[in-house]
Amino acid sequence: MLGRLTIEALPFYSWVAMGGAAVTVGGGIAAFLLITYLRAWKVLWTDWLTSVDHKKIGIMYVVLALIMLVRGFVDALMMRAQQAISLNNEGYLPPEHFEQIFSSHGTIMIFFVAMPFLTGLINLIVPQQIGARDVSFPFLNSVSLWMTAAGAALVLISLVVGKFSQAGWTGYPPYSGIEYSPGVGVDYWIWALTLSGVGTTMSGINFIVTIVKNRCPGMTYMRMPMFTWTALCISILIVFAFPALTVVALQLWLDRTLGFHFFTNGDGGNMMMFANLLWIWGHPEVYILILPAFGIFSEVVATFSRKRLFGYTSLVYATACIALLSFTVWLHHFFTMGASANVNAIFGIATMIIAVPTGVKIFDWMFTMYRGRIEFHPAMVFTIGFMVTFVIGGVTGVLLALPPADYLMHNSTFLVAHFHNMLIPGALFGYFAGLNYWFPKAFGFKLDAKWGIRSFWFWFIGFYLAFMPLYALGFMGMSRRMEHYADPNWQPFLVVAALGAVFVLCGIICIGIQLYVSTRQWGSSRDITGDPWNGRTLEWATSSPAAPYNFAVVPTVTDIDAFHEMKMRGSAYRRPERYEPIVMPKSTGLGVVLGGLSFVMGFAAVWYIWWLAALMLVLCLVCIGIRACDDTSEYVMSAAEVEAIETAWLSGITPADMHDMRDFEPRGAASGMTLSGRAL
Amino acid sequence: MIGSGTPLRWARTIVVSTGAAFLISGCALSEAPILYPQGPIALAQRDLLFTAFWLMMIVAIPAILFTLLFVYRYRSRHHSTAAYTPEWEGSWKIEAVVWLVPAAIIVVLGTLVWRDTHKLDPYKELASDKPPFEVQAIALDWKWLFVYPELGVASINELAFPADRPLSIKITSDTVMNSLMIPALGGQIYAMAGMRTEMNLLADGPGTFKGRNTMFSGDGFSDQHFLAHALTEADFTAWKDKLTGSPEALDAKTYLEVAKQSVANPVTYYSSVEPNLFGLILRKYAPIVGPLESEAAELICRGAA
Repeated sequence: MLGRLTIEALPFYSWVAMGGAAVTVGGGIAAFLLITYLRAWKVLWTDWLTSVDHKKIGIMYVVLALIMLVRGFVDALMMRAQQAISLNNEGYLPPEHFEQIFSSHGTIMIFFVAMPFLTGLINLIVPQQIGARDVSFPFLNSVSLWMTAAGAALVLISLVVGKFSQAGWTGYPPYSGIEYSPGVGVDYWIWALTLSGVGTTMSGINFIVTIVKNRCPGMTYMRMPMFTWTALCISILIVFAFPALTVVALQLWLDRTLGFHFFTNGDGGNMMMFANLLWIWGHPEVYILILPAFGIFSEVVATFSRKRLFGYTSLVYATACIALLSFTVWLHHFFTMGASANVNAIFGIATMIIAVPTGVKIFDWMFTMYRGRIEFHPAMVFTIGFMVTFVIGGVTGVLLALPPADYLMHNSTFLVAHFHNMLIPGALFGYFAGLNYWFPKAFGFKLDAKWGIRSFWFWFIGFYLAFMPLYALGFMGMSRRMEHYADPNWQPFLVVAALGAVFVLCGIICIGIQLYVSTRQWGSSRDITGDPWNGRTLEWATSSPAAPYNFAVVPTVTDIDAFHEMKMRGSAYRRPERYEPIVMPKSTGLGVVLGGLSFVMGFAAVWYIWWLAALMLVLCLVCIGIRACDDTSEYVMSAAEVEAIETAWLSGITPADMHDMRDFEPRGAASGMTLSGRAL
Repeated sequence: MIGSGTPLRWARTIVVSTGAAFLISGCALSEAPILYPQGPIALAQRDLLFTAFWLMMIVAIPAILFTLLFVYRYRSRHHSTAAYTPEWEGSWKIEAVVWLVPAAIIVVLGTLVWRDTHKLDPYKELASDKPPFEVQAIALDWKWLFVYPELGVASINELAFPADRPLSIKITSDTVMNSLMIPALGGQIYAMAGMRTEMNLLADGPGTFKGRNTMFSGDGFSDQHFLAHALTEADFTAWKDKLTGSPEALDAKTYLEVAKQSVANPVTYYSSVEPNLFGLILRKYAPIVGPLESEAAELICRGAA
């Protein structure tokens, strides 16, 4: 009846497991009580959970990412603490726990922090950047969100019921096979990946269609903002790459559950096939995580340098090059698997070629700052911190791309330092910049800059302290994933790395305080115009927060920096002659229900409760059927209603609220004097 | 709550304590096997690493310096004397430089990679006036079993070879994926069940080097390391005598015991080895129909049952 699920699954066997479970359950109860105390259940359900508005879905994605960031970071802190003390002793974590922690850290950070964070920002911003009223498939968007949340919930519940995978976030067989990992851990990993992977694939499709079909008049491809360009490129990558992950996870599941032999040691299985398939997804995935951050940096650097983006065309081509090349390099993740010199050399060279367009981007951002007027908004500070630090990660990346050097550095902490060097400054700093930059667009008030700057410094210093020692340890021969070690020379480095983790902890706390402080004093930092930073792209043309339909009248675009151009011409904030009724998608609870059903299905599959899994699958199909038969999924917002919303916003704007566009007069070299006419 | 001056003050403390830690461990880095290799293969691999590093500095150093310089020079302030060109969209001259210079470096690096990947192919036999010394390495949970076909002996968690002969290791696994590495002598290669990989190494001279499995393989992974001894002729003979004098013999039955999971296995010597043990372990994972040629083969390929 309950498959493998017995009372033994509860974590009463060790204090570490019990502590983790207590925190998870306690967090759930605290959230429940808080919502009840605030009497917010109804608002939460009608305004948020059931919403198909891309902006609200985007915000919920980011909230999910921030919650999971805390969970994933606790894992990191525990690992750093363990390695700082475990010289010739067991530390405080037995191998079994240490292995679960490094596996869940990687899984959470990639699938449930980075992915929802970037998906959330794209959801929130891209439709507004291209002058669209919503994504192409609003309901599908809601389903994507709740599938991702279902995957995240599976990872969280694995801390309470049963155990998580001990096979690392990449789950290489044969170790992740049933023979060597007989428990439920790997199954939790498989289902968390599969559910969220389905959600991500649907998001990818949704974004491609939205960007290709929903652009406003005049928004040609070569006028799309860089962030939208990166969103388009990664959506294409998602659609091509994620099926590989889904397939490889299901193959592993077949091996484990039905005795197949795709990746087993004997009987014709071949674990090398897993490595290939995993990284055919995995390498494009790296760019899926990083390109949107590049898009954010492009927007931020232009806005806060008060200047056009330098080399827009070049940046577009560089992005497209990176996206294309990302499919040609997967083998560099296993140069040491014994491929011939020809194969290794070709993949090594292909990998190094990616460094060229990536380097170009850095130089283009640099020249965007050149002859600009740089303002140190937290988003810009994160961008500058990224540019400096990312170069180091790029250099170490090329070093790892040299097959003979990779033979030395593979599986070492040097590798760990390298990819954190790409993903923390490269991706996460970008998302944080996006958070600081677009927060007013989401909520109508600005984030506190002081705490934003503080969070940056803690993250920045913390990053260097935590990962520079790992580079050194790689040279000293330390492998990744070691629960304890015998070399006393390593310990000082690991202590410094642990200290770095404490700094990052302070950085996360600063972000928490920043959110709290800003919310407390939101009235004094309201964004009245919808354009708090004198922005350049179209998302700043809407109110903050944007009306459900974003644009009462779909704008017409004549320039890359569309909104900047409108402000320069004085055509921004104009009332149209008349408003028109707008067709809007209705809210629906089916997305949440589908997410809930797939969560139970995943949970049942993990524990071999097959009748329940089958039941949930059938119910999912029923839900889809119900939706397919629903011909009343839209409603019309009347012109009067639109006019009321728009008037409330526009009449609140006084000339004093608007930015002085005379600040954009060019100034001469040396003298700094105003020039007549426009400089180049 | 944390005051605004605190991060800076903390940063100072951290810089001081980090500095101290690194002074203490500065000597540790001078023992880093990858920076100070003990064999020509590792040296060539490291040299490629260094060459590539310095080549990239041509781009990386200006990138970092100019970023910081521009941030400083063009920061927004009253009465800035710096130029301001808000409409400047780009420059094909600059674009040409930022595309072509990195591309040129990659061409140089690519040529180096092509040459060195072939030169340092781990499968390639090393040129030497002496024949290579062959060792078969078998990855087990969680230890390394080394078989010396030339000597007919075997050892667990200790590897020895004559310092003046190239070391040719044939590698497989009788468990999950492992990766064999002796950092001071050169890179690593995976050990996979049913498959044979190879690594050819050479030591500069007699010495003792650390080796380990670098690929996470389960609970005993942290302790899965061994010492590799490159020995002079006299020492090697003595070592060989020590093994041949060992009372233990590695027949098929003993191997089944050895293959069971164990953590931090002590160094063990075997004076004799089941003939073709390495081949039988490889065959264990191939589909075999019908009876096998010997009882030992049955035991290893099909287990005790």
